[in-house]
Amino acid sequence: MQYNWDWGVIIREPYLEWIISGFGWTVSVSIAAWLLAFSLGSIIGIFRTTNNSILRAIAAVYVEIFRNIPLIVQMFLWYFVFPELLPNEAGMWVKREMPMPEFTTAALCLGLYTASRVAEQVRSGIQSIGQGQNNAGLATGLTKFQVYRYILLPVGYRIMIPPLTSEFLTIFKNSSVALTIGVLEITAQARQIEEYTFQGFEAFTTATVLYILVTSIVMILMRVVEGKVSIPGMISLGAK
Amino acid sequence: MINLNSVSKWYGDFQVLDNCSTTVSKGEVVVVCGPSGSGKSTLIKCVNGLEEFQKGEIQFDKTSVGDKKTDLPKLRSKIGMVFQNFELYPHLSVTNNIKLAQLKVLKRSDEEAEYKTIQLLERVELADQALKFPAQLSGGQQQRVAIARALALDPIAMLFDEPTSALDPEMINEVLDVMVELAKDGMTMMVVTHEMGFARRVANRIIFMDEGRIEEDCSTDEFFDSQRGVRAQTFLSKILHH
Amino acid sequence: MFEQFDTNVILENIHFLVEGMQLTLLLTLAAICGGLVLGTLLALARLSDFRILSFISSTYVNFFRSMPLILVIFWFYFLVPLILGQPVGGYYSVLIAFILFEAAYYCEIIRAGIQSVRKGQIYAGQAVGLNYFQNMRYIVLPQAFRNMVPVLLTQAIILFQDTSLVYVVGVKDFLVSADLVANRENRILEMFTTVACVYLVICLSGSIIIRKLQVRYAQ
Repeated sequence: MQYNWDWGVIIREPYLEWIISGFGWTVSVSIAAWLLAFSLGSIIGIFRTTNNSILRAIAAVYVEIFRNIPLIVQMFLWYFVFPELLPNEAGMWVKREMPMPEFTTAALCLGLYTASRVAEQVRSGIQSIGQGQNNAGLATGLTKFQVYRYILLPVGYRIMIPPLTSEFLTIFKNSSVALTIGVLEITAQARQIEEYTFQGFEAFTTATVLYILVTSIVMILMRVVEGKVSIPGMISLGAK
Repeated sequence: MINLNSVSKWYGDFQVLDNCSTTVSKGEVVVVCGPSGSGKSTLIKCVNGLEEFQKGEIQFDKTSVGDKKTDLPKLRSKIGMVFQNFELYPHLSVTNNIKLAQLKVLKRSDEEAEYKTIQLLERVELADQALKFPAQLSGGQQQRVAIARALALDPIAMLFDEPTSALDPEMINEVLDVMVELAKDGMTMMVVTHEMGFARRVANRIIFMDEGRIEEDCSTDEFFDSQRGVRAQTFLSKILHH
Repeated sequence: MFEQFDTNVILENIHFLVEGMQLTLLLTLAAICGGLVLGTLLALARLSDFRILSFISSTYVNFFRSMPLILVIFWFYFLVPLILGQPVGGYYSVLIAFILFEAAYYCEIIRAGIQSVRKGQIYAGQAVGLNYFQNMRYIVLPQAFRNMVPVLLTQAIILFQDTSLVYVVGVKDFLVSADLVANRENRILEMFTTVACVYLVICLSGSIIIRKLQVRYAQ
């Protein structure tokens, strides 16, 4: 195997700058998408647990649509097709004047996609608590809304910390799909370095190390958070 | 105070309650017993609207439970309920479990709620566990907290759904003692249970259910001493061995 | 906006699209088979009593699960020709990438499935004199697979969607074929909408079938 090793390439300009900027975009897209995914996903997940069949239907349709179309296809739809479907002025604004169109589209698309997954986690988290807690709350005269606010959600979210962390890490990895619409995140930059310098090993290793690093740090943070919010006396919060 | 009139309920095609009618007057203690699947838990859950029913009427304190316009949270704040699995909120301390509904439903002030909570904990002899969390308590202690929680809203009636069925034998008595005290203080109670000793001590009436129907509905003395229907006798003979 | 929807462009290029879909399906199937075999081996290694095997397996799994699939595709697109010393079509690189990547996910599913079989079953097998491999083959794995089938099938659907990522190296799957037509005929709306609908229908049907199977074979 013929290969010229040159690890120095990743600390030379302009490549180092590419790596740093790429990592910055990865993190930004991930965080923006996560904020959307968590809030929207929670609402949809809660809808699926209510007794209202309209809300449940809306939520179910949302989840099925966003879950069954590949992420890259959704990116293309949002970036290329969506502006065409808007009425003229709105379309023009999106295409010409919206700031950071690639970033915004990527964050929006990734957020909406992941919201469907978060919704499923939220739904199963709440349902695993069991009907008994719901009944106990209602029996003391709390309204349905109060039961969610004071009983189901506080316990549910503690149960969900591991799967939700996993979803965040999934967003972090899926941010790489944004490169298909031009967001120069870390994977894109690694590819670019490889194309310019042929030092693929060094470039891809850098990207790989960064992903692994972030994954490990997030997992450690998750354990810390779990420890801080754990309920005294309980080892696991799953269904009894 | 509690009136059930020809109540019937179906889950799909399966009939869970069949034309059930009975009354519980103020201060009465009524025990509901029967084999598994007879519908007794379902019946009692209909009284405070946790379960819906398709036919018949239920009146609590002159308010119709099944009526769509009834303010269920308000109704439920007047009835206390104790569950088989205690159902204490795991993420709240004992004190906060008891305070939650007082603050959010009755809108009492924090001092009022705190005072009432301490009183109730003393009544069930658990004042020293006030700051513990449910998972740190034994089953019997948890159920006593649950009773205190139900009493926190000063209800005019209490419903018990097999309160001792999930307890180890040595803890059953501590809970039954609290319930006996409650009965002696004049609380209107409807208790689903297998504990016939308890029934004999404080119940005014016993209802025996089988396959969704109320088969027997008579005073305690009559139930234990006379010849009742075949199903009731078989049931009694099976459970009166302890 | 929909008055200009040109269904003809779809019909005219249907052969091309079908060829792309054939590649997608082929890639999916090959990756499932390879992934399952390698995944099972990894799972058994992970659960074995040999610390080294267990460590290698868990490192492998954690490694591939920390990386995005696109990066793995780039890695192998770059590495495979380098190692073989000659240019290789994208297809093989991509296939290897998928098999190795999916094996990590299948390993976790299979591991959970095996661990869900009660220990008593293993003891029962040992008690009548079966050795480790016989125990696995006749008692543990059959039960484990029955528990795992819904999750494995769901992962297969995810894999089917993930194959669309070969776009980044230009391998002519369904998405890339549609994209080529879209750019050539300037009919982006029609082509991408078609792609989305096809995926939606296939994946949704798959999920529904899995759910029905779960209900029928629930233990």
